[in-house]
Amino acid sequence: MSLCLQARQLSCERDDRSLFKGLDLDIRSGEIVRIEGPNGSGKTSLLKILSGQLRDYEGELFWNGAAMQSVREHFLANLLYLGHAPGIKSGLSPLENLAWYQALSGESSGGQGSGAQEGEQQRLDALEQVGLAGFEDVPAGQLSAGQQRRVALARLTLTPRALWVLDEPFTAIDRHGVAALERQLIRHAQAGGCVLVTTHHELAASSLLRRIALG
Amino acid sequence: MDAPSVPLLEHQGGLMIAVKATLVRDLTLLLRRRGEVLNPLVFFALVITLFPIAISPDPELLATIAPGLLWVAALLAALLSLDSLFRSDYDDGSLEQLLLAPQPLAALSVAKVAVHWLLAGLPLALMAPLLGIMLALPAGSYAVLALSLALGTASLSLIGAIGAALTVGLARGGVLLSLLVLPLYIPVLIFGAGAVQAAILGDGVSAHLAILGALLAASLMLAPWAIAASLRISING
Repeated sequence: MSLCLQARQLSCERDDRSLFKGLDLDIRSGEIVRIEGPNGSGKTSLLKILSGQLRDYEGELFWNGAAMQSVREHFLANLLYLGHAPGIKSGLSPLENLAWYQALSGESSGGQGSGAQEGEQQRLDALEQVGLAGFEDVPAGQLSAGQQRRVALARLTLTPRALWVLDEPFTAIDRHGVAALERQLIRHAQAGGCVLVTTHHELAASSLLRRIALG
Repeated sequence: MDAPSVPLLEHQGGLMIAVKATLVRDLTLLLRRRGEVLNPLVFFALVITLFPIAISPDPELLATIAPGLLWVAALLAALLSLDSLFRSDYDDGSLEQLLLAPQPLAALSVAKVAVHWLLAGLPLALMAPLLGIMLALPAGSYAVLALSLALGTASLSLIGAIGAALTVGLARGGVLLSLLVLPLYIPVLIFGAGAVQAAILGDGVSAHLAILGALLAASLMLAPWAIAASLRISING
């Protein structure tokens, strides 16, 4: 089953300024869609609308052909959104942060129950993949901005979702991390997933990459 | 193209897991910042200490106004800690993630409110009898004081969370929060202080406590939806 997120005649106004008007979008399995535009052109607003957070827009959204409102739960169960703020609690360790995200999606591995052992291993693996081995139990507040961002990015491996919506995921990440993340995006698209991303970073050309320019 | 290896997931449920994890997470966070938990308690104690100094140390006079004083001070102390209920989640982006979780937001926000009550309302209720001694509160009303506060602060947390959710997006929402929430606190205050007053006079307290319980039941039914809706509005702004 392939996924498909569609927008029809999408318009958004913020503070009496029209960000975009009559936008038609089709985002399908196996695509990396990069949203481009200068600062303030509405990239983040568009991502928030498409991920169902922002409600003041005109137009319609469809998830796999059905109107968004009627399939919201199914949509959210397949969405992974990473915003400007990484959503990492500075008082909790990376492991604890990830455990909450696992549990939030209803996976028993995030809790204390039967799947806890397995869940813990998954979290350790995910942290190792983003290069945070050895930092598992350090309070996230003591990590650098880039490391905190990496904790958030560990969720890409930890909680498999088909649709990734990433707002400036490369912020504060070093060159190695950027290359690894780019490869991960391509792998996800090749596996039939779908990536919606805003970035000022130049993505390597790929047949999977599509650009949408705003502003 | 090959069959996708990233399958689309059906909604898995697991609401209890998510609620439990949110409880554990918020408890852990607050217990690691003890200062924030202690602030309302210290405030409560200080305010109560001021009254005998300002009014008169006469035990008879203090005993007559003690129920009202204790209740008002506890109410303000609970209000003091409300502003931070969603603030840090809003600032670090976890609130967005909470809204995007494939779980009913109302249930998750109740978990957050429950933690607030456990670490603000309940300690205030347990501490109130001690401060009652300072105000020469007649013996026999201590249990009712604690019980009425325990019941009442639960309603206060739920109602206050609506205000906290509405003002979380504002830089200085604290004052606005008080203006929004204090009028809604009046019924709880009337029956809470009334219960203690009745205990002092030797009247039956069950009617007052029953009404406090009813207020809590009503808040438990209605507030979660209002909190969820308010959070959505705040995130939209």
